[in-house]
Amino acid sequence: MDHLLDVENLWVRFPTRQGIFDAVRGVSFTLGRERLGIVGESGSGKSMTGRAILRLIRPPGQVEADHIKLDGVDLMQKSEKDMRDVRGERISMVMQDPKFSLNPVMTIGDQIIEAYRLHNRVSKSIAWTKALEMLEAVSIRDPDRVMRAYPHEMSGGMGQRIMIAMMLIPNPEILIADEPTSALDVSVQRQVLDIMDKLVKERGMGLIFISHDLNLVADFCDRVLIMYAGRIVEVCDADKLHDAQHPYTRGLLNSLPRLDAPRDRLEVLTRDPAWSEAPSVSGRV
Amino acid sequence: MSMLDIDALDVWFGRDRGRVDAVRQASFIAAAGESFGLVGESGSGKSTILRAITGLAPTWSGKIAVKGHAIGQRRPKAFYKQVQMVFQDPYASLHPRHSVDAVLGETLHLHGFRDIDARVVKLLDDVGLGQKFRFRYPHQLSGGQRQRVAIARALAPEPELLLLDEPTSALDVSVQAEILNLLADLRQEHGLTYLMVSHDLSVVGHMCDRLAVMKDGEIVEIMDVAALRAMKATHPYSQHLLQASV
Amino acid sequence: MAEQTLRAWLLTDTPTSRRHAKLSALYQGWLSFRSNTMAMIGLGILLALVLVAAAAPILSPHDPFAQDLGNRLAPLGTDGHVLGTDSLGRDILSRLIYGARITLYIVALVALIAPVVGLLVGTVSGYLGGWIDIVLMRITDIFLAFPRLVLALAFVAALGAGIENAVIAISLTAWPPYARIARAETLTIRSSDYISAIKLQGAGGLRIITKHIWPLCVSSLIVRVTLDMAGIILAAAGLGFLGLGAQPPSPEWGAMISEGRRFILDHWWVATMPGLAIFTVSLAFNLLGDGLRDVLDPKAGE
Repeated sequence: MDHLLDVENLWVRFPTRQGIFDAVRGVSFTLGRERLGIVGESGSGKSMTGRAILRLIRPPGQVEADHIKLDGVDLMQKSEKDMRDVRGERISMVMQDPKFSLNPVMTIGDQIIEAYRLHNRVSKSIAWTKALEMLEAVSIRDPDRVMRAYPHEMSGGMGQRIMIAMMLIPNPEILIADEPTSALDVSVQRQVLDIMDKLVKERGMGLIFISHDLNLVADFCDRVLIMYAGRIVEVCDADKLHDAQHPYTRGLLNSLPRLDAPRDRLEVLTRDPAWSEAPSVSGRV
Repeated sequence: MSMLDIDALDVWFGRDRGRVDAVRQASFIAAAGESFGLVGESGSGKSTILRAITGLAPTWSGKIAVKGHAIGQRRPKAFYKQVQMVFQDPYASLHPRHSVDAVLGETLHLHGFRDIDARVVKLLDDVGLGQKFRFRYPHQLSGGQRQRVAIARALAPEPELLLLDEPTSALDVSVQAEILNLLADLRQEHGLTYLMVSHDLSVVGHMCDRLAVMKDGEIVEIMDVAALRAMKATHPYSQHLLQASV
Repeated sequence: MAEQTLRAWLLTDTPTSRRHAKLSALYQGWLSFRSNTMAMIGLGILLALVLVAAAAPILSPHDPFAQDLGNRLAPLGTDGHVLGTDSLGRDILSRLIYGARITLYIVALVALIAPVVGLLVGTVSGYLGGWIDIVLMRITDIFLAFPRLVLALAFVAALGAGIENAVIAISLTAWPPYARIARAETLTIRSSDYISAIKLQGAGGLRIITKHIWPLCVSSLIVRVTLDMAGIILAAAGLGFLGLGAQPPSPEWGAMISEGRRFILDHWWVATMPGLAIFTVSLAFNLLGDGLRDVLDPKAGE
């Protein structure tokens, strides 16, 4: 099998006053050249999983795993210094709100060029043309103007596209997108997703798409992990998500109001304590 | 009878060259007992209309009338007994140092109620929280529980018109279902009129009887929910929104 | 077992009464404060200072005012005078112990006056805005534009030397930074949803400022005051050193350094011992302030 990423028995723990809190509990999955969705509600551990792969959990939080293999090399064994080369270089991450990820006092062009020259030894003028190409690749009209603009002059959708452009500069093998479109309006959401989709396909990247939006994930991804209370409760193909079996997934789907099927009352999810006790389902292929 | 009558409403921020027109010539009527939705993308001015009604956006012109009484720039105390608002983000709408008891107690006190203790108990029961939440602080509550407290606070003065500013957009879908059900129940029990702002067409389709679609500060279309469900929007922008959200 | 249940009662997430909720919140704060070792050291030093000041007559081996010119400038470890004696043969240890009272007195008075004035000016200015804001903030700027000690000197010169006047002078120069902090906090709090929500209940400005804005400003002010305490002690000592604070023979630490200055080359301990005392207490306040910041900062909540 062609696995870009292979995660086995991943745990994220936080010590609290009431004892140790397990945010992620024994999660295993693999990622090929595909779009893998991770869905769940807040507190389900989906974002923690994404961050744990890059070992971005701040102390006192701890990451433990049997292995997190990137192309067969275990990231858990790497030193913090080596991890810095992995982050951004081989695995990139796009966050929810681009406002906090861009430097507010540098023009967008300068930021892209700086990022580009960090990875490629080229002159400024070459970097400038490359940056323009990249902005065009994420469907930004008038890239010349955008290069000279500051982040606050950008709308949310533009900002997110710029972030994606920057993340793709070093040509990473894996892109982790944590709720990349939640802060955007629906019409813009679609555009950003299309761009991500195109890039992933063209470059043969692996994409981990973390979201709370089931419909979006069903639409956009190839395979979906459904997380609840730090565990994977169900794994299914995205196009079969609406036929999901687990009562939690079913409950989530049914609690959504729908235009085409009006109801007087929405179904309310009753949580079965057994769900959080059951062992994590493996997302390995 | 109309509960809320808005005619040729303009709302703006700033002055002279810095002036931004957030709402332009908005007009609609919400009948008593009706649930009316305002739909649009961010920056379309839908929340600004709510803030103008409540007086939180002080620079407006046009007509805002509640139960036939036009509102001036200064609102009498009686106005806030009639009109209340639930905010978007339950994490930001509760004072971090005030317990649930303090929040509801102060609200009741401000509206001149005497039997505060009994009313706090009743309000908590009404929003499905129960007594064990009475003395908790916001950080001891989940998002859904906080929003229930915010709803209880809005219900405390026994208003007739409730303004809902994206009441579930910060919540998980399963919690959203609980809150939407609660709002539907409360509307029935108390005979409330809702004016609900949302970017989510399916939420508005579920909660409202009629809705107005807003774009760049203007209402482009007013339609009833049956038309929305049948995807029969007439304005191209509403059609575009509908397409994007299915 | 009883202790276990008390702890559980205090740590509960489901308080059953107003008092329970308050106690529980206090206990949680105490727990997170206690986990900060440095802050606990600071608190320990300050508690010790309070005890020493309270028990000064019992603890001090000699009368702090008793002169013994035959035994002047005795070095450290002299029989009966552990920290030696000063130029008039007074026991330095006893004077330090009594001086703790003066230090605490100054600290307490300044801590009562300056932040309260600052809070009042800052929150009113920030909440009301408009010309009130402009006027109040320009006055604040005027006070801020002077070096603190110079301004205090001017006040003391006008009011006359003495501890009370020194305290008033320090307080008058210390409030502007607090007003600035309170105003900045008020500006962010003012536009928050929970203030909008209480406005929709018809609450007036006075209620919003005192009941909703103050509780949130107070914590950052407390932190700032404890961090500034070191500076305030030093300012008081500075005034004492210049002869404009506590008057001789009062054993104020700054005044003691000032007296010892004349002998600093040959009899270093006379000036050094009160200096060390000032240093220790200032450090303790700084450590405490750091710890309090962790506990009180509402943004760092769970």
